[in-house]
Amino acid sequence: MEFVSELLISFFLVVAGIFGLVGSFGMIKLRDTMKRLHAPTKATTLGVGGVLIASMLYFLLVKGGLSFHELLITLFLFLTAPITANFIAKTYLQANLRPSDLPGTESEYGWSVYQDPPKRSDEE
Amino acid sequence: MIGRIFPHPLLSVLLTAVWLGLVNKVTPGNLLLGAILGILVPIMTAPYWPRRAKIGRPLRVIEYFMIVLWDIVVANVEVSMIILFKRNRDIHSQWVTVPLELTSPEAITVLAGTITMTPGTVSSMLATDGSSILVHCLHTDDPEGVRDNIKSRYEWRLKEIFQ
Repeated sequence: MEFVSELLISFFLVVAGIFGLVGSFGMIKLRDTMKRLHAPTKATTLGVGGVLIASMLYFLLVKGGLSFHELLITLFLFLTAPITANFIAKTYLQANLRPSDLPGTESEYGWSVYQDPPKRSDEE
Repeated sequence: MIGRIFPHPLLSVLLTAVWLGLVNKVTPGNLLLGAILGILVPIMTAPYWPRRAKIGRPLRVIEYFMIVLWDIVVANVEVSMIILFKRNRDIHSQWVTVPLELTSPEAITVLAGTITMTPGTVSSMLATDGSSILVHCLHTDDPEGVRDNIKSRYEWRLKEIFQ
């Protein structure tokens, strides 16, 4: 039983390590900022996720108690990772690209980095 | 009256759960403190959040969460494969415009977050009137397919949840 639980925990740790490594390798390999953004936002999610699953299994199977911290870390990660990526993307767009480099918006207004928003009709 | 004490019942439940998770132990004292926080914080923040989103179908949230979780696992494997086995000149990155039917800011935020976490796409920017979202694809030869996938897989589910 102990062997099985240790095997399971090590499996998740190894998988997490591999994905973390691939994510970091992507940062070196890919050639421009927008492509590089894909590596840390995704490949690393499963890297961190694997460590957290391993940690929960460790507390459940070896220490014999439930641990909720991992669930919270997952929640906070899901909240912060997309926002960080969005900030980086917007900064990149602002500094390096013009509206003519991008596809249109399919409405009469342009993209938000380059144009002020229209007045909202329901604004108090 | 009830609406005044609980301006946002789901937020209260969520805050209590997060508090219990932070202290990592369920005891009556922690539950009480969590409940007090869960009641006080929504009351204090209600004035700053006047047009709150209404969650129409809580069960759909769980379904949505499961689908996104599965897609994240798939996304990780796909992106890893692209990073490891594709040469740089074979990676065809593209911008895709996804027109939005969602109107509530909360729903658009969730959609943008989902797009960033799932297969080969990062949401970069909104149109200034919030009518479409700019998505960067790491590798695709079929931008229409990516757009339709986002719309059919995530957007209509979010529409059901938030309306």
